[in-house]
Amino acid sequence: MAEVLSLLRKPLVLDNKSYADVTHDIAKPLERKTSTAWWAAFIISVGVLLIGIAAVVYQIVTGVGVWGLNNTVGWAFDITNFVFWIGIGHAGTLISAILFLFRQKWRTSVNRSAEAMTIFAVMCAGIFPIIHTGRPWFAFWLVPYPNFRGPLWVNFRSPLEWDMFAISCYFTISLVFWYVGLIPDLATLRDRTTSTIKQKLYGFFSLGWNGSNRTWHRYEKVYLLLAGLATPLVVSVHTIVSWDFATSVIPGWHTTILPPYFVAGAVFSGFAMVLTLMLIVRKVMSLEAYITTHHIENMCKVILATGGIVGLAYATELFVAYYSANGYEQFAFINRALGPYGWTYWMMVGCNILATQFFWFKKLRTNVIWVFIISVIINVGMWFERFVIIMTSLTRDYLPASWASFTPTIIDLATLAGSFGLFFTLFLLFARFLPMVAIGEVKGVLNYGRNGKGGHA
Amino acid sequence: MSRRLLVSVFGSEHDIVAATKTARTRGYDIVDVYTPFAVHGLDIAQGIKPTRIAAVCLALGLTGAIAKLGFQIWTSAWDWPVNVGGKPLISLPAFVPVTFEVTVLFAGVGTVLAFLLRSKLLPGKKPKRLYEGVTNDKFVLVLAQTDAAFDVHTVREMFKPFHLLKMEEQVEAD
Repeated sequence: MAEVLSLLRKPLVLDNKSYADVTHDIAKPLERKTSTAWWAAFIISVGVLLIGIAAVVYQIVTGVGVWGLNNTVGWAFDITNFVFWIGIGHAGTLISAILFLFRQKWRTSVNRSAEAMTIFAVMCAGIFPIIHTGRPWFAFWLVPYPNFRGPLWVNFRSPLEWDMFAISCYFTISLVFWYVGLIPDLATLRDRTTSTIKQKLYGFFSLGWNGSNRTWHRYEKVYLLLAGLATPLVVSVHTIVSWDFATSVIPGWHTTILPPYFVAGAVFSGFAMVLTLMLIVRKVMSLEAYITTHHIENMCKVILATGGIVGLAYATELFVAYYSANGYEQFAFINRALGPYGWTYWMMVGCNILATQFFWFKKLRTNVIWVFIISVIINVGMWFERFVIIMTSLTRDYLPASWASFTPTIIDLATLAGSFGLFFTLFLLFARFLPMVAIGEVKGVLNYGRNGKGGHA
Repeated sequence: MSRRLLVSVFGSEHDIVAATKTARTRGYDIVDVYTPFAVHGLDIAQGIKPTRIAAVCLALGLTGAIAKLGFQIWTSAWDWPVNVGGKPLISLPAFVPVTFEVTVLFAGVGTVLAFLLRSKLLPGKKPKRLYEGVTNDKFVLVLAQTDAAFDVHTVREMFKPFHLLKMEEQVEAD
């Protein structure tokens, strides 16, 4: 029955699943009673989110002074968290768009949840610049709209303005990409569910999908076009984020290496977060046949490659600082490694460079516990990378008289925690109500690597 | 006017492609094929013309690019010129990032809207001709019974090698 696609490749989906099995396995967790574990995780996430909301409300009512900022350090945790979350948000589009263009068929098992993760991470990121304005109800001033002040337009030469456009376009396109991918699966859920409310909701959002091949034909083209558009977009977003720093004249920021360095770091951290989430999800929702060790291994390899680029960037920065013969630049890097925030630098090197080296070994790449631990370590390391870049350059720039140091306040920490609360709350809601794996796409690669009898090649 | 339809159900992507190809070469009028996922090669088997949506995408992208670049030049150099750090009023390199983002936004969102309108997919719309199992594991080929010479039995024989699961006649009122 099954068509031979390639005998040289391993099957992407294990256990010889049929089309109906795929639908059943992925839709079942959405249809059974909400588990206690889900409620426990949800309550904890919402609790942490509420702490974050309290911190933000207090900050807005009182002023940005409740953060540990001062005249020298004008932004710290807020921009660190912003870059961190935007970075996390890069893996989703990379998996859905770039791997799609490269015909990496294994992406089908992970793209849905990675895209969801992207959207939630960009939401978390977007909060920080808005609350840092101090008066978030005026955040719309960033948008060029005809106003009664002239109209006085925004400055399109400012990287912060570019950033506003980049992030909002990225969010919109990611959302559209994710939704387009969801339509056929929503129709599957609509036709399965027995609950009237769910049937109405899934029916409303599945837009009357009936599996017509004329629609599929256009759908495939639209998906390809979106992938082609999203690929340069994902590269442009973190490039523009890096320009927030690179276009300034602060030593350690004012370098041309920043865009590729940031993009590689973003993919690196994003894949680490995808792994952290996926390893939990596949266990809790019994999706081991769909998210196999093959998938985990592939993602580990991407982490190893991008981690290598990040390591190269760290080394290049040091070399260029030395070779530039620029005293300020040289000081910035000596201060980075040996100054008061030196421990964060070594934390970054340890977590991002040393920890990833374990992935050279197949045994460790296929060991779920190891991969999970290392993925968490990388998440921590990448948060520290942004902190190092921002803090070491900002606290000690040109004039020693203006040097200062930054210590996060409890409000800083609560806001950071709150962003994780928001992220996990949204992710848990997604896992409860929408299919975690792209049902339609997995069916399309089901026969991959199987022999004529439907067994494994 | 109503038309009589012949609905044939198959169980695998391989069979639906072969059955569709056979039906088309024998000159049957294929209304549409319904599948749970995008089956590769089925559009060729069914004889669907290549979609022109890529042209829509290009046109929208260009519109976005020109509109946004024009807007930036207009606001920065004409409507309220502000000297920022001695940079030229029309500082083209600095206008590139936002122009690019808006190009992608127009092309991406516009293409999806064009697709939804063209395929008549609208929020809350009731699906037309929804066959059982088609969003799960069934592949459905719908033929129109165009003339008196249409013989259901011949079609059943024709589809037998492709593991035909079920076949039924329907009358569709327009």
